[in-house]
Amino acid sequence: MEITLDLIVFLVLAAFIVVSSVMAVTTKRILRSATYLLFVLFGTAGIYFQLNYSFLGAVQLLIYAGGITVLYVFSILLTSSQGDHAEKLTNSKMFAGLSASAAGLVICLFVTLKNKFVPSHFEHGELEVRTIGHALMGTEKYQYLLPFEVISLLLLACIVGGILIARKR
Amino acid sequence: MFDFSVVTNWIHGLLVSVMPLGLASFVECVLIGICIMLMYAVIAMIMIFMERKVCASFQCRLGPNRVGPWGLCQLFADVIKMLIKEIIVIRHSDRFLYNLAPYIVILGSILAFACIPINKGIEVLDFNVGIFFFMAASSIGVVGILLAGWSSNNKYSLIGAMRSGAQMISYELSVGLSIMTIVVLTDTMQFSEIVERQADGWFIFKGHIPALIAFVTYLIAGNAEVNRGPFDLPEAESELTAGYHTEYSGMHFGLFYLAEFMNLFIVSSIAATVFLGGWMPLHIAGWNGFNQIMDYIPGFVWFFGKAFFVVWLLMWIKWTFPRLRVDQILHLEWKILVPIGLANLLLMTVCVVFGWHF
Repeated sequence: MEITLDLIVFLVLAAFIVVSSVMAVTTKRILRSATYLLFVLFGTAGIYFQLNYSFLGAVQLLIYAGGITVLYVFSILLTSSQGDHAEKLTNSKMFAGLSASAAGLVICLFVTLKNKFVPSHFEHGELEVRTIGHALMGTEKYQYLLPFEVISLLLLACIVGGILIARKR
Repeated sequence: MFDFSVVTNWIHGLLVSVMPLGLASFVECVLIGICIMLMYAVIAMIMIFMERKVCASFQCRLGPNRVGPWGLCQLFADVIKMLIKEIIVIRHSDRFLYNLAPYIVILGSILAFACIPINKGIEVLDFNVGIFFFMAASSIGVVGILLAGWSSNNKYSLIGAMRSGAQMISYELSVGLSIMTIVVLTDTMQFSEIVERQADGWFIFKGHIPALIAFVTYLIAGNAEVNRGPFDLPEAESELTAGYHTEYSGMHFGLFYLAEFMNLFIVSSIAATVFLGGWMPLHIAGWNGFNQIMDYIPGFVWFFGKAFFVVWLLMWIKWTFPRLRVDQILHLEWKILVPIGLANLLLMTVCVVFGWHF
């Protein structure tokens, strides 16, 4: 197997993601783990960009890094105080966490090893935004208007819930 | 029009002739990174000098004029001062996040800066989702500001960061809506393509009424998104000392300062690119002789001319209007600008569908 720039970039990104995600779950302070989560999301976006899927990469940055993480940080700032540290892990929690991650690992390995990957190289050339738009908003086969609209219903429910919590009369 | 891809292709050819392709691309990436950061720093210095001089003339003062001709060397003195100042460590602060925050802010700012097309052939990040990527990159900075405010262990910093975060998240909506209006007109999101489409008239003329409304909305929302006056209450000196960067000193403060000025430049240059044609000279369809003469002025002169014109407009606004209150800022965004933006998007769609644009 020859070493190419693509491979090196992938390895660096993968190592970055693994280290950050381990740090995110092992750190004692909640805001730090939110920050490490941000790094994980950056790394994932980097992999999407490497695959030339810049749309998904930009979505990852905008929704997760710029949206969800900010939401997390906001809610942490509003609820926790400076001295807060995570509680010490009890044995049962440790066991549950370990078994859950082992199960996740088994499922991931099973899928990865079982699946036949057709193109084993990076596709060059970007996907047209127009194609994505048609796929999102079309009503034919392999087009996703209904899920799109259902998600908007979910967001509406979230907004109503937020208003209900914020304005207790 | 001079095409800069001649130069970049020449460098690429030169590198490929002496080393393998993978290494050549790596060297090119490093070179481009260095160039972007150098340009970032130089433009920031120009912006700081311009801010001082423009502010001075709006307040009937002279501005810096002691060090060097027209006070030009003042800048270099300030940069050296900033670089050699001690970086103070705050007790009981989260050291890791405290040191990290300015770099997250500057990361978002440089990523957004790299999207801007400066001349034909100088487009560093030119995805076909360019505008979308630009908005994603510029939304990263909020995280840095929130972290800075929290990790300083200071009430004023925290309040400043919360205000700043709320304001930036809200106004991102209006920025997005007004840029979307132009995307509807052009049917592309790629920056180079957007500039090319303005060869027979800038979008502010081609899109007439909806484009003009979008331009004004964009200027207001953009000004608010970079936390500058009259929307600078996250760092309202009289109430919050210096907002989220109160506890920062030395170059860490310098990075926040740099990012703030550069975000102003980025907002202005996106306005120049999307509404005023970017590096595209002033062309009037049909007047071929006039267009020919305009083409003799190089693209980057047009680009920087337009960008600094918009910067000047925003500085004019900053030094003219008094600061708004928090509730006024949120009221302006959610009850005035967002409805206007949505209605304007609809108006532009109607114009495009019926072909009422030029």
